[in-house]
Amino acid sequence: MYDSPKYASRAGIPLTLNGAQITVNAPADWRLSKALRDALHLEGTKIGCDAGDCGACTVLIDGEASCACLVALGQVAGREIVTIEGLGQRKTAARLQQSFLRHGAAQCGICTPGMLVAATALLERKAAPSETEVQDALGGVLCRCTGYRKIVAAVLDATAEKQAAKLPDSGAAVGARIERLDGQRKVKGEDVFGADAHPRDALLLRVIRSPYHHAAFAFGDLAAYQRAHPGIARILTAADIPGENCFGVIPPFADQPVFAATHARFKGEAVAAVVGDKDEIEALDLKTFPITWTELPAHLTLDTALAATDLVHEARAGNILVRGRVVKGDAEAALAGADHVVEGIFETGFVEHAYIEPEAGFARRVGERLEIHACTQAPFMDRDDLAKIMGLKPEAIRIVPTAVGGGFGSKLDLSVQPYLALAAWLTGKPVRLVYSRTESIATTTKRHPGRMRVKVGADRHGKLVAMDFEGDFNTGAYASWGPTVANRVPVHASGPYFLPHYRALTRAVHTHVVPAGAFRGFGVPQATIAQEQLYDMLADKAGIDRLDFRLINALGPDQPTVTGQVLGPGTGIRACFEALKPHWARARAEAGKANAVPSLTRRGVGVAGMWYGCGNTSLPNPSTMRLGLKPDGRLALHQGAVDIGQGSNSVITQICADALGAPIARFDLLSADTDQTPDCGKTSASRQTFVSGKAAELAGRALRARILRLANAGEDAKLDFGDGHITVRDGAAAHRIDLGPLPCDQHGYVVMAEETFDPPTAPLDADGQGVPYAVYGFGAHLVELAVDTELGTVKLRKITAAHDVGRAINPTLVEGQIEGGIAQGIGLALMEEFHPGRGENLHDYLIPTIGDVPAIESILIEDPAPIGPFGAKGIGEQALIPTAPAILNAIADATGVRLTRVPATPDRIRAAILESRK
Amino acid sequence: MFLQPKSVEAALAMMAEPGARLLAGGTDFFPAQGEQVIEHPVIDISRLADLRGIATTPTHIRIGGAATWSEIVAQPLPRGFDALKAAAKEIGSIQIQNRGTIAGNLCNASPAADSVPPLMALEAEVELLSAAGTRRLPLGAFILGNRKTALLPGEMVSAILVPRNVAENASAFGKLGARRYLVISIVMIAVAMSLENGRVGQARIAIGACSAVAQRLAEAEAALVGCRKAEEIAGRLHAGHLAALAPIDDVRATAGYRRDAALILLRRVAAAAMLAAGN
Repeated sequence: MYDSPKYASRAGIPLTLNGAQITVNAPADWRLSKALRDALHLEGTKIGCDAGDCGACTVLIDGEASCACLVALGQVAGREIVTIEGLGQRKTAARLQQSFLRHGAAQCGICTPGMLVAATALLERKAAPSETEVQDALGGVLCRCTGYRKIVAAVLDATAEKQAAKLPDSGAAVGARIERLDGQRKVKGEDVFGADAHPRDALLLRVIRSPYHHAAFAFGDLAAYQRAHPGIARILTAADIPGENCFGVIPPFADQPVFAATHARFKGEAVAAVVGDKDEIEALDLKTFPITWTELPAHLTLDTALAATDLVHEARAGNILVRGRVVKGDAEAALAGADHVVEGIFETGFVEHAYIEPEAGFARRVGERLEIHACTQAPFMDRDDLAKIMGLKPEAIRIVPTAVGGGFGSKLDLSVQPYLALAAWLTGKPVRLVYSRTESIATTTKRHPGRMRVKVGADRHGKLVAMDFEGDFNTGAYASWGPTVANRVPVHASGPYFLPHYRALTRAVHTHVVPAGAFRGFGVPQATIAQEQLYDMLADKAGIDRLDFRLINALGPDQPTVTGQVLGPGTGIRACFEALKPHWARARAEAGKANAVPSLTRRGVGVAGMWYGCGNTSLPNPSTMRLGLKPDGRLALHQGAVDIGQGSNSVITQICADALGAPIARFDLLSADTDQTPDCGKTSASRQTFVSGKAAELAGRALRARILRLANAGEDAKLDFGDGHITVRDGAAAHRIDLGPLPCDQHGYVVMAEETFDPPTAPLDADGQGVPYAVYGFGAHLVELAVDTELGTVKLRKITAAHDVGRAINPTLVEGQIEGGIAQGIGLALMEEFHPGRGENLHDYLIPTIGDVPAIESILIEDPAPIGPFGAKGIGEQALIPTAPAILNAIADATGVRLTRVPATPDRIRAAILESRK
Repeated sequence: MFLQPKSVEAALAMMAEPGARLLAGGTDFFPAQGEQVIEHPVIDISRLADLRGIATTPTHIRIGGAATWSEIVAQPLPRGFDALKAAAKEIGSIQIQNRGTIAGNLCNASPAADSVPPLMALEAEVELLSAAGTRRLPLGAFILGNRKTALLPGEMVSAILVPRNVAENASAFGKLGARRYLVISIVMIAVAMSLENGRVGQARIAIGACSAVAQRLAEAEAALVGCRKAEEIAGRLHAGHLAALAPIDDVRATAGYRRDAALILLRRVAAAAMLAAGN
C-alpha cells in the first residue's frame, strides 16, 4: 500500500512509518507532508500553509513533533515517523483521541490530527502536564473553530482510561452532551476534506491570477505556450465558459466572472487556468504564462472609492453597491432633546476567515452530468450557480460536499468549483484543484471593513432615547454578500435594547480589493463594536453602572425592536445580563483591588450585549428534511445541512430522534449531497439548528404519526425499534409491526416523512419596518483583562459568556460554538487585520493561538423560542459578536482610553494612552 | 538532485554544483520555496555530526551550526546562554524549535531573527567553512543587512563560538509580539551583564527587529556601568541611547511604537539581567 508505482523508478527511501518498515518511492526533495499524502496516500496529515505557520501537518520524527511541510523526505531516511494514522496503536494517543471526543475538542477536524500528534509528543514525555506545558506543546498548531479551551481540557483529561458515555435512550437526546456523531473519523484523521481522496488519475488545475489590484490584460500566444508545455491538457479562459461568465450568492447582484475577460478588478482575480498532468502542472512557473498586464489606477479604501469618478462597475454609480436603511421615529429630534449624548467614529479592518483548510476539491464528468466534490457551506446554491456558468440544468450537477475544514461564511461563495466544473466538463477527465494558503487568503472573501459614525442619546434616568447610525462598508470588487451586510447592520445596530427613535443608514462600497462577503455575523460584529462602546460612554455620562445601564434598556418581550417587531416569549437578553451580575460584581471588586496598588499594569472589566436574527433577512429560507424507516428497522436521516464543524450532524439528529421517539443509535446519517439530501439551505446566519433542526423535528413527528397510524396507537405511545420490527406500546397494549413485509417506496423506505420549515418573516418596508427574522438569539460577554500601559499589550484573564440559546440541544457543542466565537472575537479585537495584497500567509496575518485564549465560563440561558425545535435558537454567530466590544470596554475601563479602531494592537493602544496624556 | 554528504568535506565539494543550496532544519528553506517545485540541487547537512553538538574548548563554547533550538535548550550551558535559551523557546513553536538550526537562523538574516540579539550580547563569532579553509567573523560582521550575509560562494556556517568569559555573565531576554506563540517579534532585547562589587561592571546589550540588522547599543551599555540596583536601571536609560535604530512601519507595528517599546523593553530586560547577575 505504501508504494506509488508512478515514482517506483526512483530510488526508494527506507523509514519506519507508524511501526512498519517501508521504502518510499518518491523524490527525496519532496516535503515529507507531500510524500505522505501523494506517494503514500496517507491523507490524515493535513496541509494548511506549507510554511510551518499552522502545524496541521505535525508528525513525530523520532518522537519529536515536527511540521512535515518543513522536512524533506530524504531527511527522514532511517527515521521513525508517526502520523495520525499510527496514533491508535499507541496507548496514550488512543486515550487522547477518546478524550477529544468526550470534551468536544474536535470541531471541523482539520487541525485535529496535528493537535493529537503534538499532544502525543507531550504526553509520552510527561504523563501529567500542567496547563502551561500543554499550551507550550500545542502552541504551534492553529485551530480556528474551538477556541482551544476544550483541547486543553481534553489533553489534561487524557491521563486515564475513561468509558465513552452511552448514547441516550429514546426521548433523552435533546439536552444530552453526546459525542459528535461524526467525531470518530475526525480524531482518527479519516475525515475526507477537500484536498483528500480524489481520483488517482485526476488532472491538476492551477489558476493564473492578476498581480495587480486593477489591470487590463491581453493574452499572448496561448497555443504556443501549450505546445511548449506538452503536459498541459487545456488552457481555460473566459472564452471557454459555455454559460454565463458570472456568478454571485445573491442572484440579482451577481457580478463576479469566473475568469476576468479583459481586466481584473482585484489582486488575485482569476484570468485563466492550466489543466494537465499533475507533475508537469506543478512544475510550471506560472510567471511565464503569456499575458501582458497594463496596471490601472486602483481604489483600495472607502475614501478613494467614494470620491472617485471612475467606477469599479459601470452600472453602480458612486461605487455604491447597495444602501441599507432602518428608520423609526425621529432620531434627530430625539437626540436634540436627550439629556446625555455621546458619539464616535469607529473603524474595523479586513478580517480573514483563516480556516485551516484552504479551499480544495475535484470534479468529474459523469456522462452528461457533472459531479463536484469540494468543501462548501452551500451545496444547492453552488449547484444552481454552476448550472448557470456551465449552461446546464441544475439537475445535471451534483454537489457532494467534502468535510469542511472551517468555513465561517467564506465557503458560502464559490471558490474552486467553477474552475473544476469547467475543466472536468471540457477535458472529460477528473480534475483537482487545491488552493495554496496564499491563494486562499488572496482570493476568497473577507469580513467587511466598516467605518461607522454613531450618535446615541439617553434621558437623565439612563433610558435610551435615540440612535443615529451611519455605516460604510468596503465590499471589495464584487457583490458577494455585501447587500446582506448592508441590510443586516441597520436592523441590528441598536443592539438588544429598546430604542424609541432610530435611524441607521448603510452603504456597501466597491473598491479594487478582494470581495468582502460573509463572515460570522454579516457586519453585526462591526456595528456592535461601535454600539456597545458608546453605551458604556453613555452610562458613564449618566453616572449609571455599565451593566445596570444595559439592564435598564434591555429589550423586553413586549417592546418593539427598531423594525417594529414585538418578539414576545424568548426575548432572553435580560436573563443574559442578570446572569452576569455576580460575575460583574466579583470582577469589578478584584480589578479595583488590584488597581489600588500603583502599577504599570492596569486591570479592567468590560461587558457587552448582542442580538442576532437567525436565518435570512425577510427572505424565504426553507430547509427540508427526509426521514425514512428501512425494512431492517434502521432510520435514514437525509440531513442536508452541511456540518462545517459546528455540529449540525449531531444536533439535528438529536432533535429528530426525540421528535420521533427513537434512540440515536438507530439512525444512519446521510450527509449533504444534492443527489441524496433535500435542500437544507446554506450553513450560515445561525440557521441550521433553528431552521433545519425544525425541519428535522417536523419530519420526526410526521414519521412518528405515520408509524402510530400503522398501529392505531395514541400520540403518547412508545416506540421500540427492533431489527426488522417496531413494537408500539400504548399503555398496556403492545403492537408489533413487522417491517419486512411492508412495501418500500422509491427510496427503499417502508415509512417515510419529508418536511419543510420556512421561518415566518415579513418584508421590510422602505423604512426597514417589518419582521426580518422569526427568532433572535441573545447574549452578553464579560471580559476581565490587564493592560501593560507602557507596552500597550493586553493580557486576557477570563471571559464569561451568557447566551440565550432557547434550548441547548447539545450543551457541549453549544459551548464549543461560544468558545470558538470568542476566540475569533479576540482576534477581531486585538490582532487580526488583512492588508490587501500583502501578508497573504499565517505569520503576517495573526489569529489567536492556544496561548491567547483565556479561561472561558459559558452560562447557557434557555428561554425557549416557541417556534424553534424544542425551543432552540442559533448560536454560531451570536457567540462572536459581543467579544470584541467587551474587550474594548475592558481596555477603556483599565486605561481610560477608547480604542475606536480595531484591531487594538499594542502600538494602537500605546498611542492612545500617550495621546490621552497630552 | 538531493544530496546527502557523509562528511563536511563532501558537503563543501558538493556546493560546487551550480545552484546548489544547503538544507538543514528546513524551517526557512521550505517557506521560501513556496509552491515552486525544487529544481536545484539540495545538500542535506542536517545529519553531519561535525555540524552538531555543543562543545567547550579552552576559550570558547562551540555550538555546531546544525544544532537545533531544542538541543540548545536541553543542553546545560553557562548562564550567559540563558538569554539564548529564552529566545530559543520563543522561536515559532515546538515544531520549529525541534528542526530549526542556529546557523540557519543567522544565514536567513531576518531583521527579526530571534537568536541574533542574544548571540550579539555574547560577543558570538561565526565560523565559516569552505573548501579553501576556515575563517571567523564577529556576528555583527557576518549579517550585513536584511537577508544579506557575508557568506561567500561555497561557504557554510559550521559553528557559532561564544567566548567562555562572556558566557559566564548573567543574561536576560525579552521579546514583544502580538500573540503568544508563532509570532514574529516587534522588538527583542538581550542583555548580558557582569557585576563588580555589586555594581554593573560590563553590560552587553543587543536589540533586534528595530533595524535591518540587530545591533549592540554601546551608549546604553556605557550608561549602565556602575549601576547599583535594578531599580536604578530605568533612570539610566533614555531614548537617546536608541538613536541608532531605524525601525520600520509594517503590519506588526509602527516605527514610532517600536522605538518607544524598545526603550521600555530595554529597561525591563536590563533590570532582569541585573537581578539575575546578583543571584
